[in-house]
Amino acid sequence: VSSVLPTPSERRLLPPFTDEHEQLRESIRRFIVNEVAPHAQEWEDARWFPDELFGEFARHGFLGLKYPTEYGGQGGDHLHEAILCEELVHAQSGGVGAGIGAHINIATPPVFKFGTEDQKQRYLVPAIAGKKIAALGITEPDAGSDVASIRTLAKKVDGGYVVNGSKMFITNGVRADFVVMAVKTTGEGGHHGISFLIVDTDQPGYSASKIEKLGWHASDTALISLEDVVVPEENLLGEENQGFYLIMANFQWERLIMALGAVAAMQRCFDVTLKYALERKAFGREIGHFQVIRHKFAEMAVTIETARAMTYHALRLFHEGTDAVREVTMAKLATQRAAFDVADECLQIHGGNGYMVEYGIERAARDLRLGPIGGGTDEIMKEILGKTMGL
Amino acid sequence: MATTPSVLKPDHGSSRKHFIFTEEHDQLRESIHRFVVAELAPHAEEWEQTTFPDSVIHRMGELGFLGLSMPEAYGGQGGDYFCNLVLAEEMSYSRCGGLTMGVAVHTDMAMPPIHLFGTEEQKQEWLVPAIKGEKILCLGITEPDAGSDVAGIKTRAVYDEANDEYVINGSKTFITNGHRADVIVLVTKTDPDAGHGGITLFLVPMDLPGVIREKKLEKLGMHASDTALLAFQDVRVPASAMLGEKGKGFYHISWELQGERLIGAAGSVAGAQRVFEQTLKYAQERQAFGRPIGNFQVIRHKFAEMATKIETARQMVYTTAWRFNNGEYPVREISIAKLYASRIGCEVADEAIQIHGGAGYMKEYGVERAWRDTRLNRIGAGTDEIMLEVIGRSYGL
Repeated sequence: VSSVLPTPSERRLLPPFTDEHEQLRESIRRFIVNEVAPHAQEWEDARWFPDELFGEFARHGFLGLKYPTEYGGQGGDHLHEAILCEELVHAQSGGVGAGIGAHINIATPPVFKFGTEDQKQRYLVPAIAGKKIAALGITEPDAGSDVASIRTLAKKVDGGYVVNGSKMFITNGVRADFVVMAVKTTGEGGHHGISFLIVDTDQPGYSASKIEKLGWHASDTALISLEDVVVPEENLLGEENQGFYLIMANFQWERLIMALGAVAAMQRCFDVTLKYALERKAFGREIGHFQVIRHKFAEMAVTIETARAMTYHALRLFHEGTDAVREVTMAKLATQRAAFDVADECLQIHGGNGYMVEYGIERAARDLRLGPIGGGTDEIMKEILGKTMGL
Repeated sequence: MATTPSVLKPDHGSSRKHFIFTEEHDQLRESIHRFVVAELAPHAEEWEQTTFPDSVIHRMGELGFLGLSMPEAYGGQGGDYFCNLVLAEEMSYSRCGGLTMGVAVHTDMAMPPIHLFGTEEQKQEWLVPAIKGEKILCLGITEPDAGSDVAGIKTRAVYDEANDEYVINGSKTFITNGHRADVIVLVTKTDPDAGHGGITLFLVPMDLPGVIREKKLEKLGMHASDTALLAFQDVRVPASAMLGEKGKGFYHISWELQGERLIGAAGSVAGAQRVFEQTLKYAQERQAFGRPIGNFQVIRHKFAEMATKIETARQMVYTTAWRFNNGEYPVREISIAKLYASRIGCEVADEAIQIHGGAGYMKEYGVERAWRDTRLNRIGAGTDEIMLEVIGRSYGL
């Protein structure tokens, strides 16, 4: 064939990634596979991964990839962190990914973007060093997608605020040293009455309890209760009543990270299952050689590769600084349900083994089921897209 | 860091350029678009009845649109593969799938093998006038008894040593441009016992004795294109009419199919985009229960889903085209792009009819035509099922 066809050139990495990124990817992969993944089952069973894991990540510089070196970060950019979030799937524990991800992707970015120098020194620097664990607190028992209806109230007092209310589904909420928290600072105003406070969790009146979940077992997910918690005024993050803007500012990154994670997770499930289908025999041959199974893999490959193409497009635009709300929203919508569907198909191909804890596929399916809910539900994504089209 | 207004009120209309395209591609896109809207689209309805006239090919040749990525030495524009992508995308605004297909068969199915595997003499005889739009090309693979299973074709080319000629017998079906074409790139068997290794290509002038254009085939859609059933009865061609190497025809065609599938995928996406735009406009104007139907949540979500599918398919096509243009041979990705784009093209066209309601079922709005035309994409140039086979096998399954 080679004599009659042009010789194909070597496969290149899909932009925005270049060979320069490969070294980082390899070193992260090594760390995750060797130091994290072997403990996944133990931590799932314990419904908790140890706090020290943050220190482990920090020692490798992985908690500050995109932050400037003056704060102890690595001085990289969003692409470096994107790699970390793709590689996190090799921990084989959505809960570990969630805990680390909440710390680096949603809780610390507002401190970096909107914090005073003093706040950065007190919270960002120790967070990058793995000495303080961070959480982001927006959702409440009665307010999820509809952020404007949160009710946790911060009453202005001399020298600061007194906070009363509750927060729900807060990743790292039990173990966190501080919570970047959305509160109402005026009784009215909807979006316009929201402010952000950095709440120290060792304050009297702060309590958090764990919530049991379908998946993400290794992660700490909390219901937080705040009773007359005192927050000093120097912990107001950004401007008073401008909190909605803080929420919006990081949404794009959060959703992009979820899309990247979902694509990587699908690929991992696919690879594991492909190996299984080429080894497992039934009716005298490897099950992967039955046409219907072959086509299941082909269908999954279509899902994965198209999802990747969409996600990397959004990532490139985001990285260039384009207003990529449309593409990021599409990437999230195109990947989350898809990832769950792929995991479910992988479970099916594994048969009875897929239903057993040992193979890890049931865990992946459970963990990925959160995707179409967290970070803005699929339905909210469609609302946003509808708005971008003037509908 | 983004500024406050851009976070709260992002500019959804802000321009974004895909990294595969340059300013030149944008200019080319504009000029093709102008031509398509001004000179082709107004005739779409008429050509659905009559099939499009050969003069379209001549005109496109004059404008330089038929050899966008062919070398200048043969009258082409010397552009890259992305130029063909631009042409495929903009042709969708002709609103005439049959026309788009007829042109694509000429430029992206039949022309590439002549360029890549042809002798200098063959290129002068066929490629140069084809680029000019003076000669029309078609490609003959499928037979009444062999479609996806190319190795099962029966058309024979037997060597006649005395005259240094080949004698061809057999039949071909579903041949786009089959009635209007001046020459066919014909897939034959020179060694019926050698399976894939017995297949050889010939350039057969369509005016030779024994070439019989049997009938125009009636179809579900693509009405503007001419689709032929052809018979070859003792057609004699000189040995010099062989295209590429003897016994290598299957591999030549396999390569050709890759470029064709990707162009088809780009066309599917562009067709979906056009129907989407038309339907969005309709939904913003059409009132029901006191408001534009597009403002109902369930319709809004239909648009969100369609837009996501279209953009995802487009990115898959662009990413794969980038690989192809780099000189990679990304068979897996091309198959994925082709399969996904064809599917979402059909889904979007069907949803567009649904949103149009009764009007969508009527001929006037053109949505039912798009629905009929795009349905072919899941069959032509390799069915969905063949794509799944190719993708599955690429993983060793």
